[in-house]
Amino acid sequence: MDDTRRYERLRERFQNGDISRRNFFGLLGAAGAAYGLQMPFARQAFAAADVSQVRFDGWGGVVSEAFRKYAFDPYTEKTGIKVIDGTFPGGDEYLALVRASQPGEYNIAHLSGVFDYARYASFDLTSELNVANIPNMANVMPALMNAFKTITPDSLSAAPYDYGTTGLAYNRKFISDEEMKEKGAKILIDEKYKGKIGGWSDWRTRMWYAALQTGQDPNNITDTEAAWDAVRKHRDLALKYWASGAELMSLLAEEEIHVTEGWSGRIYALQEQGHDIGYYDPPNGFGWQECLFVLRGSPMAACEELLNFMLDKDTSIAVAEGQSYPPALDPTKVDLGTKIPKLPAFDPTGTLAGLTFANPAYWNGNEADWSKEFGRVQRGY
Amino acid sequence: MSIEQREARQPWILLTPALTAIGLLLIVPLVFIVVYSFWLKSAAGADTPGFFLDNWQETLTDPFYRDILLNTLKIAAITTVACALLGYPAAYFIARSRGNKMVLLVLLMLPFWISYIIRTMSWINILGVSGALNSALIWLGLINEPIQMLYNETTVILGLTHFLLPFMVLNVFVSLDGIDTNLEDAASSLGATRWQGFLQVTLPLSLPGLAAGGLLCFVLAAGTYITPVILGGPRDAMFANLVYEAIIRQLNWPLGSALSLLLLAVLGVLVLIYNRYLGMAQLAKGLG
Repeated sequence: MDDTRRYERLRERFQNGDISRRNFFGLLGAAGAAYGLQMPFARQAFAAADVSQVRFDGWGGVVSEAFRKYAFDPYTEKTGIKVIDGTFPGGDEYLALVRASQPGEYNIAHLSGVFDYARYASFDLTSELNVANIPNMANVMPALMNAFKTITPDSLSAAPYDYGTTGLAYNRKFISDEEMKEKGAKILIDEKYKGKIGGWSDWRTRMWYAALQTGQDPNNITDTEAAWDAVRKHRDLALKYWASGAELMSLLAEEEIHVTEGWSGRIYALQEQGHDIGYYDPPNGFGWQECLFVLRGSPMAACEELLNFMLDKDTSIAVAEGQSYPPALDPTKVDLGTKIPKLPAFDPTGTLAGLTFANPAYWNGNEADWSKEFGRVQRGY
Repeated sequence: MSIEQREARQPWILLTPALTAIGLLLIVPLVFIVVYSFWLKSAAGADTPGFFLDNWQETLTDPFYRDILLNTLKIAAITTVACALLGYPAAYFIARSRGNKMVLLVLLMLPFWISYIIRTMSWINILGVSGALNSALIWLGLINEPIQMLYNETTVILGLTHFLLPFMVLNVFVSLDGIDTNLEDAASSLGATRWQGFLQVTLPLSLPGLAAGGLLCFVLAAGTYITPVILGGPRDAMFANLVYEAIIRQLNWPLGSALSLLLLAVLGVLVLIYNRYLGMAQLAKGLG
């Protein structure tokens, strides 16, 4: 018997005079209290048993729109399983939410970078995918798969999905392509653009670009003081640290800032909207891959089915074109059409040898110190 | 059970739902935060439970946290003064208006129907490089290039004032509305000018409302997080932003707990001082 029927029977008894008003309201109150108390635990149980829905969390904006339109809605139509999609402004915020949740409350996340995969593994949030249930995984670039295997050699918790870069975005009305190529990452600490510079409020990106500005290898910064000085200089020249892709696009489109580092797909979306925004990946620019990470306690069969659906060639290409990031599919195995090869960061070889990715051991090893230090540097220290 | 005993128990029975809610939703989480503040963050994985004073030592001795806390109190104080200066005349106007008081009060409450974040972001469309104000100034020929007005401490204070002004107006209004207007007439009949009557009669009698509004504005401003994120520049931060960064960005929940308790303690002391000299009844009137 469902809750509505129970309530109707109780109300009928009350209206017939079988129970007093006090008892009627008492029973309603008790039912409410019981429902409230059982919810946190029930949610956990539902996740394991109820496969009528799967929760997916991603980056919002044009990315989420593409996922909804080209993947989730067709998946629901095909399987009857609903995809509840949430958004987060950054990986750190999302990890904090997941840590505070019950297993099964969050299911799949569109995580960025191999360092995120490693962080989730360190917090014991990994699941174990049955790759046999995801046959479309065979079309994924081996270079993207191998990165995860170095962290969890015996199992896999995520399917690689797309990749991109955090390069330099600039307004061509004020900065020429030639000037950008000549100055590279150092344009972000150029006094000439004081008050018109932006930057992501993310300690990794700030330190990565500081490494480039001081001529160091981002995966092996030897002179950290010089790098922090570069972060300080950028802070003093910057108008605003942006906190989301939507804010990045707004600041550039409204001409509040003329130059910043930015996410390749978002900048491409701005260009598609008609804004004269240039995009340049400097040498050793920040390359990253994104994955569909299945969290511990999730309904695995439903999640694997969704992953397989999303890695299907047609779905993957449609989502990639919608979110403007190249898919994880190997271009030497799969024909990716005409639009994807024009996307920024696209690698036709399928090896991704031209991109520099963050070394997860190096960056996660410095996370505690550098994230804290950035909080101080950001405030003027 | 005697009638006296039953009567003595009745208030507690009636208070039980409220006390249970406060206990479960406020006291228990607060105890968790206190306990957490003595734990230690591990480099990776779960935090280390125990009784460690490291977080408290860092919170209380590090000049970084002290400076940001003082800056937060400064911004909250400026915002409160701005709210008082802008809010008092508005409250006075509403309290002394005849006939349309309810309409004015509804208008005052209207902004609450819109999300605080949206209200804060509206300043970007007003003060931005291509915003309404710059466009108007350029159209009028007063400037040739847009002026950079956004993303500094002033816009943070502006955003906070925008958010908190109705709280001040409501509190002052409640106070002014309760003052017998015959007192001002009596002052006039004794030779006081309107200004003297206001300064020596109305203003002193409305001070409790002003203080209640001031306390609310100050506490809410000091605990704000989102306004500096939306309207502040790279350096602009308030203490709540440090709590956010410790917990969310650095995943250092024990340190974040200690920082949040410090802010709670500082604001708690202010509330106690207020209660000592003015009592909480005025605040309840304003909120009611």
